[in-house]
Amino acid sequence: MSLLREIVENLRSFVATVGAVALFLMRTLAQVPRALTRPGLIIDQIHNAGALSLVIIMTCGLFVGGVLGLQGYDLLQRFGSEDALGTAAALALIKELGPVVTALLFAGRAGTALASEIGLMRATDQLSAMEMMAVDPVRRVVVPRFIGGLIAMPLLTVIFIAIGIFGVQVVGVQLLGVDAASFWSQMRAAVEVSDVMEGLIKGVVFGFVCSLIAVYEGYTATPTAEGVGRATTRTVVISAVLVLIFNYMLTAVML
Amino acid sequence: MRSNRAVELSTGLFVLLGFAALFFLVTQITNREYLTNGGSYTVQAQFENIGTLKPGAAVSMAGVTIGRVESIRYDQSIYKAVVDMRISSQFNRIPVDSDASIMTAGLLGGQYIGITPGGSEEYLADGSRIEFVQDALVLENLINQLVASFSQRSDSKGDN
Amino acid sequence: MSHSAQAAIETRPAAADNLVEVEDVHYSVGGRTIFSGLTLSVPRGRITAIMGPSGTGKTTLLRLMTGQIKPDKGRILFDGIDVTSLKLGELYRLRRRMGMLFQNGALLTDMDVFENVAFPLREHTKLPEALIRNIVLTKLQAVGLRGAARLMPAELSGGMARRVALARAMATDPDLLIYDEPFTGLDPISMGMIVRLVRHMNYALGITSLVVSHDVEELAELADVGYIIAGGRVAAAGNFAELKKHDSELVNQFMNGLADGPVPFHYPAPDYYQQLLEGSA
Repeated sequence: MSLLREIVENLRSFVATVGAVALFLMRTLAQVPRALTRPGLIIDQIHNAGALSLVIIMTCGLFVGGVLGLQGYDLLQRFGSEDALGTAAALALIKELGPVVTALLFAGRAGTALASEIGLMRATDQLSAMEMMAVDPVRRVVVPRFIGGLIAMPLLTVIFIAIGIFGVQVVGVQLLGVDAASFWSQMRAAVEVSDVMEGLIKGVVFGFVCSLIAVYEGYTATPTAEGVGRATTRTVVISAVLVLIFNYMLTAVML
Repeated sequence: MRSNRAVELSTGLFVLLGFAALFFLVTQITNREYLTNGGSYTVQAQFENIGTLKPGAAVSMAGVTIGRVESIRYDQSIYKAVVDMRISSQFNRIPVDSDASIMTAGLLGGQYIGITPGGSEEYLADGSRIEFVQDALVLENLINQLVASFSQRSDSKGDN
Repeated sequence: MSHSAQAAIETRPAAADNLVEVEDVHYSVGGRTIFSGLTLSVPRGRITAIMGPSGTGKTTLLRLMTGQIKPDKGRILFDGIDVTSLKLGELYRLRRRMGMLFQNGALLTDMDVFENVAFPLREHTKLPEALIRNIVLTKLQAVGLRGAARLMPAELSGGMARRVALARAMATDPDLLIYDEPFTGLDPISMGMIVRLVRHMNYALGITSLVVSHDVEELAELADVGYIIAGGRVAAAGNFAELKKHDSELVNQFMNGLADGPVPFHYPAPDYYQQLLEGSA
């Protein structure tokens, strides 16, 4: 019986949290117009979430592309279709691996940074001080970070994909001897602009999700050191799960 | 308002890099057709069997893609599949008596429409219909034909 | 408030009314009752102290006063305006007349000292940059930190951070200055600086000051009126001479720093002798 009660309790708190996040989102969106009058803050945050994540995104993109090249070649070779490596790898990167891996990396690097920054401001009373000075902390602190993440994610996704394809090329053509001409021409023949758009849309949606979770967790963190730590952990976990769930739903819709 | 030079610079570079990557993907990786100047006209053809032809499949002449299959629908009144094809305007000298066949690209490739030119002086225009069509080859029919021709041959041999 | 305290305040010149009135406030959160019928007044132009054992809700009281939270029952008046009935926009406007010094300064860590003090000016006024600069430097000069204008908060000592926070709280020339535990964790020199500043703000500028603190020694020198909050309401009130002689045991323990009394030294435990015996058995 008490197990049932636990489940019901968990369910209830889950629903309450969803509601809280939705309300927080509305409050954030309501402040967007006013926040746009301070573009400097937003630029700072695009730098924070995007430019500072470049190294990790590019490195991982290169190696994911490389491993795609290896595995793809090995797999296609069994059917005698190594020439299709370009197509297969490009489509995999553009439609799935690019958006999803970038989102997970983003949640780990930028998401935690956002959550811990805001959480720390919460813990050191900076947010309360702002409220006291009649400055809405959502407008000043949360919204620029949310917009920054939202803009940075799709850009990071596209960069990841591009570097990834380069990585496939290095492994496939340079290392494994796939014919360069057929590599590129087959890719060109099979990949459509709509595929790239799909990947981009996923990037935007994932950016929305990861940024929202990060700023929410930071803003509602318990104002202690462990509270901030818990908030950053939860950011990564929840972002990852939501990204994968949304990925499935988006793929099902767009296919 | 507070960002200093260095931050603005690196952010700008980041954004530019992102757009460069996007540009690279869209232009280098995808089919170039969408980037050729616009203008196209629609041509129709009716098939008894379209096989696995899908909207978006290529329409080609002499192996070169000149357009795309725009839509496929089933017309109950004539019991045929009606295929609308969008052909790029620059290819406006397709004779009205040309032949549209559904072909397969390679062994595992998708199906596309290949147009073989006829001899007429009149050319297809927007809304025209291609009269001469060849349906998709259905594997079962092929096999049946093959089996039938084998048994025919063995019958005729047996008669001798 | 006791008669003598009331009289003491009323006989002072130029302290005719109260800037803040807390009327019969009840507040509970998470099933715990924090205030049950709290009533106090903050006289205009004076230094008022709010003291009490840890956990009695002093910080909660400040948040009620500034409208960050709403009481379950009762009213809070600021200069005659009912804080509890204001909407967010009006509340924000009212808060510009209050300045608050947080326990650890609560400076915004991504800006330097100058920007921190300029923050309220930039957010609320459209003053030209040159004027903002002058105001900021003046405020920093008042707290003795004009030379530190370009340091980052991380580079400041605790005492310096608090002084900068004071300059920031002063930036918009508020009517009420609230100090939340301003003396905690400071060395004697820094403490002396803060005391001097609190006094200066009040005497020289006539700003009503509200100090929340445990530090009975310092407050005795500083404050005109003191309230001791315990058990969700005002346990004692008056000037410090009266408070020291108060007949309540709790107040006595608090004011004189006695180790044992109504707030016990020993956490509730089973019999000592019994527990030792069981252990060795």
